[in-house]
Amino acid sequence: MSVVTYRQALHDTLRAEMLRDENVFLIGEEIGVFEGSYKITAGLLAEFGERRVRDTPIAEEGFTGAAIGAAMLGLRPVVEIMTINFTLLAIDQIVNHAAKIYGMFGGQAKVPLVIRTPGGGGQQLGATHSQNIELYYAFVPGMKVVAPSTPADAKALLLAAIRDDDPVLFLENLALYNTKGEVPDDDTPAEIGKAAVTREGHDLTLIGYSRMAYVASHVAQELSESDGLDIEVIDLRSLRPLDRETIINSVKKTHAAVVLEDDWLTYGIGAEIAATISDGAFDYLDAPVRRVAMAEVPMPYSKVLESAALPSNDDVRNAIYQTLDAIGRRHHKMGQGHD
Amino acid sequence: MTDTARTKRKTSAPKAAKALATTKPSAPKAAVADERKVQYYRDMMLIRRFEERAARGYTQALIGGYCHLNLGEEAAVVGLMTALRETDYLFTNYREHGYAILRGIDPNRVMAELYGRVDGISKGWGGSMHMFDLTHRLLGGYGIVGGQLPLATGAALAIDYRSLDEIVMCTMGDGTANIGAFHESLNIAALWQLPIVYVIINNHLGMGTTVDKASAEPELYKRGASYKMASERVNGLDPILVAEAAARAVATARSGRPFLLEVVTERLRGHSVVDPAKYRSAEETALVKERDPVHTFAAQLLAEGLLDEAALTHIDEEATKRANEAHAFAEASPMPDVSTLFDYTYATPVANDSRRLPGEPLFAPAPRATPEVLP
Repeated sequence: MSVVTYRQALHDTLRAEMLRDENVFLIGEEIGVFEGSYKITAGLLAEFGERRVRDTPIAEEGFTGAAIGAAMLGLRPVVEIMTINFTLLAIDQIVNHAAKIYGMFGGQAKVPLVIRTPGGGGQQLGATHSQNIELYYAFVPGMKVVAPSTPADAKALLLAAIRDDDPVLFLENLALYNTKGEVPDDDTPAEIGKAAVTREGHDLTLIGYSRMAYVASHVAQELSESDGLDIEVIDLRSLRPLDRETIINSVKKTHAAVVLEDDWLTYGIGAEIAATISDGAFDYLDAPVRRVAMAEVPMPYSKVLESAALPSNDDVRNAIYQTLDAIGRRHHKMGQGHD
Repeated sequence: MTDTARTKRKTSAPKAAKALATTKPSAPKAAVADERKVQYYRDMMLIRRFEERAARGYTQALIGGYCHLNLGEEAAVVGLMTALRETDYLFTNYREHGYAILRGIDPNRVMAELYGRVDGISKGWGGSMHMFDLTHRLLGGYGIVGGQLPLATGAALAIDYRSLDEIVMCTMGDGTANIGAFHESLNIAALWQLPIVYVIINNHLGMGTTVDKASAEPELYKRGASYKMASERVNGLDPILVAEAAARAVATARSGRPFLLEVVTERLRGHSVVDPAKYRSAEETALVKERDPVHTFAAQLLAEGLLDEAALTHIDEEATKRANEAHAFAEASPMPDVSTLFDYTYATPVANDSRRLPGEPLFAPAPRATPEVLP
C-alpha cells in the first residue's frame, strides 16, 4: 500500500500493463513526445518506443477507429482522447463501430479497447471544453463506461478495463488528477458493473461518480462532524452496466436519496438513478429523490459564472438538508447531536 | 495515375502483369490465362445470378431492411478478389454480397444472412449490410459510409505491429471519398506506411448524386497525391484489367506502402433494390445496359474462341442453380431463437448487464397489499 495521486496511479498502471502484455499499446494525440496533455503518459515513449506509444495526427475519428480495427485483430489499444469533449469527433467510431462490432457480427470479433478521457469543468475552459457527456456512451449497449473517483479505483478499474474484451470508456476527471489516496500494491482488477458503498449510514443515500463521488464523501464526512448526520455514500464507479441493486438496497435502508452529477440535469445520469429508485424502492421513499446537477447552460468562461453553474459542496449540503427537513429527520438528528 | 504510381509500376509491377502487357505469352501460360478468364466469367455469373435471386427474395419479403446489390460491378469484384491471399483481410461497405462469396464463403450462408437465419454468416445479426466471417478474413461489411476506413487502417496497423506479411484491402463507394474518415485514414496510413489498399468503387453515383456534384476533384484516384500515396484508376468493367491493377496495388501494400485504387464501374440498377432510379435518363440507362460487364465479357470470350454458346449457357445454368440452392438453404434455415437475444452484447460477462425485455419491469413488482392487512 502506498499513497499516490490519481495521475500517478494511472501512469503506473499503464506502464505495468504494457510490461505485462506486449499487445497493450498507447495511441493518441501528444501522448509521446509531449508526454500527454495531463502528463499521464510521462516517460512511456522513452521506455517503450514509438511502436507502443504512438503519437497521432489530430484526427480523433481516424485514430480511434484505427485502434478499434487493431483491437479486432487482437491487440489491446489504450486510446487517450485529450478531453471527453473531443470524443464527439470520434463518436461514429465509438458508438456505431466499437459498441456494435461484437453484436452486429454475431459475436465473431471482440473489441478489447480502452478509451481514456477526462471530463471536467471548473477550469475556465469555456463551453466546448467543460462538458461531461459520458452519458452519450453510457446510453449505448455494447459499451462499458467506468468512472473512478479515487487513486485506488483508478488503478483497479484501469486494470479491469485493459483486460476486458469489450470497449470501455474510462472516464477520468481534471479535478481529480492531483488528489491523493492509498493504492494497494497487488494487481487485482475491479469488477466492472459494481458500485461501491464507500461510507455506510442510515439517514440518507448520497450517490455520485467521478468528481461528484469525491464531493459526496467529503460532504458526508463534514455533515457527520458538524451535524451528526449518518449519510450513506455510493460511488457508482460503473455507469454501464449500472449497479441498480446497490442503489435500491441502500435506499430501502435510508428511505431518502440525493443524486450528484456533473452533467446537465435533464435526461442526465441522475434521471436514470431517480427512475431506478422509483422502480425499485418507491414504497420505501420518505421524500422525492433530489438531484444536484450542473446548470443547463453552455459553460461560461468567467470564473463567477462558471462557479455558479457547477454544483458546489454547499449545493450538496443544502439538498441534503432540504430532503431531511421535508421528512423531519434532521431536527431529530441535530437534537441528538446537541444532547 | 500519379507520378508516384507511375514510378512505382515501372519498378515493381508483378512479372505476370508485365508479361501480359509486353510479350506474347507462351502456349502453357496462355492456357493458364485462358482458364483464369473462364473462371472470372464463372465468378461474375455467380454474382449476377446470386444478386438477382436476392432481389427476388426481397420482393418475396424473405429479406428485410436495405439491400444493395453488386449488379454491374461483377468485373470489379472478381478482379479485386483475385489479388488477395487467404491470409489477407477485406473490409467493405454495405454492397458486399459478391465480395463475401468470392472470399470463399458459402453462398448458402450469405443468403441465409440476408434471410436473417441462424446459419447466416453473422448468425442473422448483421443482414445485407453487415456480412462478416473471421475464417475467410472478411472483417465486415459496414453500413455507415466511411466507417470501415479507420477500422481497416487499424487492422493494417496491427499487421505492421506484428511484422506480418499480410495486407488489408478496404473497398468503398465513390461518395466515401468526401467523408472526413477518408482523409484521416489515408493520412494515417501514409504517415505510418501501413500495408493497405484503399479501393474506390466509382459507379458514378452516390444514391442519386453524381460524382461530379459531390467531388471537387472527380478523378478520385488523384486524392492519393495529398498523402504522397501511389494511386491508379482502372476500367472496372474488365475483370482482367482490374485483376492486374489490383495485383500491382496489393504488391505495393505488401512491400509496406499504402495504395489508392479507383475502379470505374457501373451500377446496373438503383442504389438499393427498392430504388427505381428515376433520376437516370433513358439514354443513360441504355448505355449502362450496353456496357454490362457480364455480357461484354461473354462476348469477348466468344470472340476469342474460349467459350462457345453452349458453354456460356452451361455456366449460366450452373450459376442459376447455385443461387437457387442458396435460396433453398436459406429458406430452410431456422430463425434465431429469442432466447439468444442477449448473447452478443458483451464478450466479457459483466455484473448487472441488463437482460430485460421491453415489457418487463426493472424490478419485480411488490406484492399487492391484501384486504386483510389494511386497517
